[in-house]
Amino acid sequence: MYGSNVSADGLQHVSTLNFGDPFRKHEMHCRFKQKPPWPWLAITTSIGILVIAYLVGYIFHATVNRIAKVEDDYNKMMELKKKAEAADVAKSQFLATVSHEIRTPMNGVLGMLHMLMDTDLDVTQQDYVRTAQGSGKALVSLINEVLDQAKIESGRLELDAVQFDLRAILDDVLSLFSGKSQEKGVELAVYISDRVPEMLIGDPGRFRQIITNLMGNSMKFTEKGHIFVTVHLVEEVIGSTEVETSSENTLSGFPVTDRCSSWKGFKAFSQEGSTFPLSPPSDSINLIVSVEDTGVGIPPEAQSRVFTPFMQVGPSISRIHGGTGIGLSISKCLVGLMNGEIGFVSIPKTGSTFTFTAVFTNGCSNPNEYKSHKINNQSNSASTEFQGMTALVVDPRPVRAKVSRYHIQRLGISVEVVSDLNQGWSNISSGNGAIDIVLVEQEVWDRDSHLSSLFINNFKKIDRRTPPKLFILANFISTSRTSATTSGDNTPSIIMKPLRSSMLAASLQRAMGVGSKGNARNRELPALRNLLLGRKILIIDDNNVNLKVAAGALKKYGAEVECADSGKKAVSLLKPPHCFDACFMDIQMPEMDGFEATKLIREMEKHGETSVEAYDNVSNWHVPILAMTADVIQATHEECLKCGMDGYVSKPFEAEQLYREVSRFFQSVPNGNL
Amino acid sequence: MEVGQMQRRLIEYTKSLFMEGILDDQFLQLQQLQDESNPDFVVEVVSLFFQDAERLLNDITSALDQQSVDFPKVDAHVHQLKGSSASVGAQRVKNGCIAFRNFCEEQNVDGSLRCLQQIKQEYYHVKNKLEALFRLEQQIVAAGGSVPMMELSF
Repeated sequence: MYGSNVSADGLQHVSTLNFGDPFRKHEMHCRFKQKPPWPWLAITTSIGILVIAYLVGYIFHATVNRIAKVEDDYNKMMELKKKAEAADVAKSQFLATVSHEIRTPMNGVLGMLHMLMDTDLDVTQQDYVRTAQGSGKALVSLINEVLDQAKIESGRLELDAVQFDLRAILDDVLSLFSGKSQEKGVELAVYISDRVPEMLIGDPGRFRQIITNLMGNSMKFTEKGHIFVTVHLVEEVIGSTEVETSSENTLSGFPVTDRCSSWKGFKAFSQEGSTFPLSPPSDSINLIVSVEDTGVGIPPEAQSRVFTPFMQVGPSISRIHGGTGIGLSISKCLVGLMNGEIGFVSIPKTGSTFTFTAVFTNGCSNPNEYKSHKINNQSNSASTEFQGMTALVVDPRPVRAKVSRYHIQRLGISVEVVSDLNQGWSNISSGNGAIDIVLVEQEVWDRDSHLSSLFINNFKKIDRRTPPKLFILANFISTSRTSATTSGDNTPSIIMKPLRSSMLAASLQRAMGVGSKGNARNRELPALRNLLLGRKILIIDDNNVNLKVAAGALKKYGAEVECADSGKKAVSLLKPPHCFDACFMDIQMPEMDGFEATKLIREMEKHGETSVEAYDNVSNWHVPILAMTADVIQATHEECLKCGMDGYVSKPFEAEQLYREVSRFFQSVPNGNL
Repeated sequence: MEVGQMQRRLIEYTKSLFMEGILDDQFLQLQQLQDESNPDFVVEVVSLFFQDAERLLNDITSALDQQSVDFPKVDAHVHQLKGSSASVGAQRVKNGCIAFRNFCEEQNVDGSLRCLQQIKQEYYHVKNKLEALFRLEQQIVAAGGSVPMMELSF
C-alpha cells in the first residue's frame, strides 16, 4: 500500500475521499503496484485469429488465382488442340489429295509402259521397260499404303462384305511369293484347317493385304528354313495351350518360336474374357491366322515399336529391304476393323511368329443374300477329275506331311502318309488300297540314291495295268542329283513347292493325262469362252498363215470359224441373209482392202433390208466387223470407224484386247444368231 | 537317251530360243492352241509359214533384181512376210521385215538388198532351229513320252 515500488505506467486513479473533515482534503491515489501481466491468452487468441484469417484469405486468393490460371491454360489448350486437330485433318487431306494427284499420272506412266511392252522391242529395251515397270509398281504400292494410312486416321476406311474363298486367296498370295522363296531357298507352306468353311463373307482384298504384309515381312527377314502360314478356327486352338514345337517337329527342321505366346495377350482369349461369348452367333466364323518364320527375329528393344507407323527396326532396314514401315500399322488397323487382334512373338536368331484373329460370317449358307463375287474357284473343276484316287506321301516330317496332305485332299484324292521309302513300298505292294500316285519328299529321295533307284525298279515290276505315278516334291531346282539315279519310263516328275492345288492339279494332269487338255487351258479365260462359244465367226485375211493362226485362236474359245482370203469373198459371204455372228477383217489386202469391203457390206445391209424376209424378225442387219491390224495407230482407228467397222484388234490376237472388243457386242450367255 | 532327259533338253532348247530372241510369246500362244482335237497344229502352221516365206522371199528377190524396182510391190510382199512371221512368233524375221519396209519407203535399193540378205539369214536360222525342235519332239513321242509344255513365266 505504501511504498515506492509502483509500476511506472502512469496509471493512477485519484479518488476524493470525504471523511467529513472540512479542513483537509483527502485524496486516494490508486496506482498499480505491479505491471499487469501480458494478457497472453488474449494475445495468443487474437494472433491466432489473425493468422487464421490471413491464411484463409491467402487460400482464397490463391484458389482464385489458380482457377483463373487453370481456366486460362484450359482455353489455351483448347485452342492448341483445335489447331492440332485441324493440322492433323489437313495433313490427312493433304496426303490424300496429293497422293491422288500423284497416283493419276503414275497410272498413266504404268499404262504407257504396259503398252510399250506390247510393241517391238529388243531384249535390252524390254529389260529396261521391265525395270521401269517394277519401280513404277513399287511407287504405286507405296502411295496406296500412304493413302490407306490417311484413310484409317480419318476413320474413313470401310470393309467390304462379299463372298470369297479363303483357300483361293492364300493360293494367290503363295504364287506371289513362290518365285522369291525358291530363289532364297526358303520353304513356303500353307495349311488351312478343314473346319474353315469354303466360302466366307468379308473383305477379301484387305484380308489379302494383311497376309501379304506379314508374309512379305517374313520373306524379307528370312534367309533359311521356312515360312509357314496356318489358318484355324479359334475354337480349335483355344483349348490347346501347347503346340508341339520341339526342334525336329517343325516344317523345315529349324527351331521356331512358340506360337502360343503370340496370342497369349489377346483379350478375346483371356480367362476373364466376358467379351468373348462362349456361344457366338452361329453364322460368325472366328479365324486365327499365324505366319511363322525362321528368320532373324526382332530385337527386344524394337519389339514395342513394331506396330508404330513409319518405325523400322534400324535405319538401315529401309535401305536394305525397302518399304516404309507402314505395313504393320495398317495391318493392325485392318485387323481391328475385322474385330480381331494381332500379336507376335519373336526370338532373335530363331524367328518370329505373327498371329492375328478376324471375324467373318459363314458364306456357305446364304449365297443369294450377298454379292456373290466368286474369285475363280479352280479346285472345283479339278476335284471331279481326281475324285476317288489315292495318293501316298513319303515324308518323315509330320508338319510338312500334313501340309502336303491338305493340298492333295483339296483335289478329292485321299492321302496316306508314311515316313520312309521302305514303309512306302510295303504300302504299295500290300495292295489293300490301290495307290495311284506316290509323292516323295526330295530329301528322302536324295538321302539314299540306292534305295530310290531300287524303288523305281520295283515300280516296273508291279503287276498292275497302270503302275502308280511317281513324283518328287522339290523345294529348289536341283538338277544333277535326280538325273543320275533315274532311268526308264517311270522317271519321276518333279513338282515344285510351294504346293498349290491348281498347280498340283496341272502337274498331275500332265503326267497322268487325266482330263482333256482343252479344259485345262480354257480355265484361264472362261470369260472369253463364255462370249464366243458356239458363235459363227468369219475371218478374212489374204495371208494363210495368219488365217490359220487366227482361226486356231478363235476355235480355242469354242467358236465356229470360217475363213476366206479376199475382200470380194467377204462381201459375197456377208450378203444378208447370213448366219455369221461376227467378222474379223484384215485391212491390207490386194484388190479389195478391208475398208472397201466393209463399206460395201454396210451398203448391202442398208439397202438389202427391204428385200429380205424378216430373218428371225430382225430388220436392221449389222454384223459386227472388227479390223485386224498389225499397226494399231489412231489414224487406223478413225479410218475403221469411218467406213463402218465396229472396232479393231491387233494381229496376232492379244487375249485381253480381244475380250474387250468382243464383249462390246456379245453377251456372256451365248444364244445362237444375232 | 531316255525320255526325261530328252524332255529336259527340249525345254532347255526352247528356252534358249526365247532368250536369244529368235522366238517370242506368239510361239507359246501357238503351242497352247494345240490339243487332242488339233494335235499337229504347230507343225502345220509352221510348215505353212515356211512355204509362204520361201515363196515371198523368192518374189522379193526377183522384184529387186529388176531394172526399175517396183517398190510398192516389194512392200506388199514384205508386209505379208511380216504378218506371217508375227503370227508364228519368228521375232527376228519380223523385226527384219519392219526395217525392210523403211528402206522400201525411201526407195533405197542397196539398203533393201542388204536387208533382204539379213532377213534370209534370219529365216534360215529360225527354220533350222524349228526343224530341230520338231525333231526333238518327234523323238520324245516315239520314245513314248509326252511333249512338255513351256511355263509361261520367265
